Amino acid sequence: MRSDRNARAPLGLKIAAAGGLAFLHLPILLIFVYAFTTEEKSYQWPPPGLTAKWLAVTWNRPDVWEALGLSVRVAAISTVVAMVLGTLCAAAVSRTRFFGRETISLLVILPIALPGIITGIALRSAFNIADIPFSFWTIVLGHATFCVVVVYNNAVARFRRTSSSLIEASMDLGADGFQTFRHVVLPNIGTALLAGGMLAFALSFDEVIVTTFTAGQQATLPIWMLEELVRPRQRPVTNVVAMVVVLVTFLPILAAYYLTRDGDRVAGAGK
Amino acid sequence: MTSPSHAILPGRGGMFGTLSDALWRNPRLLLFVMLAPPLLWLGVIYLGSLFALLAQSFFSIDEFSGLIRYEWTLKTYAELLRPSNLDIIARTVIMAVSVTLASAVIAFPIAYFAARYARGKWKALFYLGAMLPLWSSYLVKIYAWKLILAKEGILNWIFAKLHLTALLEAWLALPVIGGNSLSVSYTGTFLVFVYVWLPYMILPTQAALERVPESMLEASSDLGASPAQTFRHVLLPLALPGIIAGSIFTFSLTLGDYIIPQIIGSSRLFIGQAVYAHQGTAGNIPLAAAFTVVPIVIMGFYLWMAKRQGAFDAL
Repeated sequence: MRSDRNARAPLGLKIAAAGGLAFLHLPILLIFVYAFTTEEKSYQWPPPGLTAKWLAVTWNRPDVWEALGLSVRVAAISTVVAMVLGTLCAAAVSRTRFFGRETISLLVILPIALPGIITGIALRSAFNIADIPFSFWTIVLGHATFCVVVVYNNAVARFRRTSSSLIEASMDLGADGFQTFRHVVLPNIGTALLAGGMLAFALSFDEVIVTTFTAGQQATLPIWMLEELVRPRQRPVTNVVAMVVVLVTFLPILAAYYLTRDGDRVAGAGK
Repeated sequence: MTSPSHAILPGRGGMFGTLSDALWRNPRLLLFVMLAPPLLWLGVIYLGSLFALLAQSFFSIDEFSGLIRYEWTLKTYAELLRPSNLDIIARTVIMAVSVTLASAVIAFPIAYFAARYARGKWKALFYLGAMLPLWSSYLVKIYAWKLILAKEGILNWIFAKLHLTALLEAWLALPVIGGNSLSVSYTGTFLVFVYVWLPYMILPTQAALERVPESMLEASSDLGASPAQTFRHVLLPLALPGIIAGSIFTFSLTLGDYIIPQIIGSSRLFIGQAVYAHQGTAGNIPLAAAFTVVPIVIMGFYLWMAKRQGAFDAL
């Protein structure tokens, strides 16, 4: 849409848009206030007093650290697997036309298009049938499956904008396939992959529905949160953990946004 | 003149060189190498489990021993069609429809403002304004609403300050949508669903609205249409594929969710909770599997409709 400098938004539209954004953001801001409340037993508003002592209490809780560590490890490995699979798939789909190409896009999107509970229960019953005990790796297996799609989406969008003549030029100039990948393809898709990887990390770090089905006794951070939500034990600690989770997930998202923002300006995009 | 053989360079030699040459000369081989790992992963792990699950819905559970009888039967589906289970399905579908409609109404002004009026810094702000809530933690968002809807929480406090507590109580006294308090009523469940899935509606709607040429809106008003008529006959039909694309997410996510109604809502079950209960404590995997077929069928039908409306181009 072209910009029309004279156009002013009607007041009603401005109010509705601002109200919508406030509706989206105020609840998250509320978490930050609650992390410092002195009230322990209820969710009282306004908070009777403010204190920073719950930060220290949370810092010294081994169960929180254990859950956080598990979540980070699961997210890191799932992200690596998803990046490899997603990039391969994106490269194949965007470079060539072949029979069943549309089906592959559908297959990649399916784990996230179908409700998470279906993916979760399907994996769980498959593990049961195959007699695979629940472990760290069963969690990774589930997470990597639905993380492929975010890497794939980012990579496909970038491949579409990268000109294939660059690859041909590189090959004509005598580079072999691996050199072309290392020096031509990778620099062009690098930021898109990084952004996809960060989003995959955020997705896996936060996932709870599939995880409840694929985890045995281990608790990832979201599972720990879920337990606290269903049966609150120490509300202030939960408040602090919630605040930390918000901060931790914002960083990769902001980074991913800045990495893909300039994606229009990749080399050879004008071809 | 050189013989044709000179035109073909000698191979590179070495393991990597040979491999590289082979892949370049045989695009099909390259394609195979690239596609095999992701297809094996998704095909075997994901589709394999999915079909294994669906197959189990054709088994039944022995009522006396509680064990699964591995014989093909439609008994489990007959069980699915009992009135109590149909209630669960109807409740979930009605909730999904209302959540989708409400998200569309709230998302449209945000998306329209971002697409048409926001420029430069504001554009980035609006984009991040939808992206950050989309990606921020699902459980933290639910937790925030648990804080808001609690009896001693901020919403009741605001109503009390505005001297509107009577209004809130009147609302809660309504049948079906009311309840003892907001956090155990369908109204609460509905609010949280709308809040959590709203960003999924904003982004595709905005993408569709970005593509509406301004000249069309100008032409419409030049031809004498009122803003309401322009909206009804020009803007809305052009934005519809985007709204439908967004509704795929809001609809599908509401259909399968079991955590939100468990934490904020009445004790009456949704499809997700029924699946969870049947596969967990009850150990009735066949019925749980049959229950998962419901959202799959509904979503299959929904996606087919969406495809006919051209919604996939707006994703």
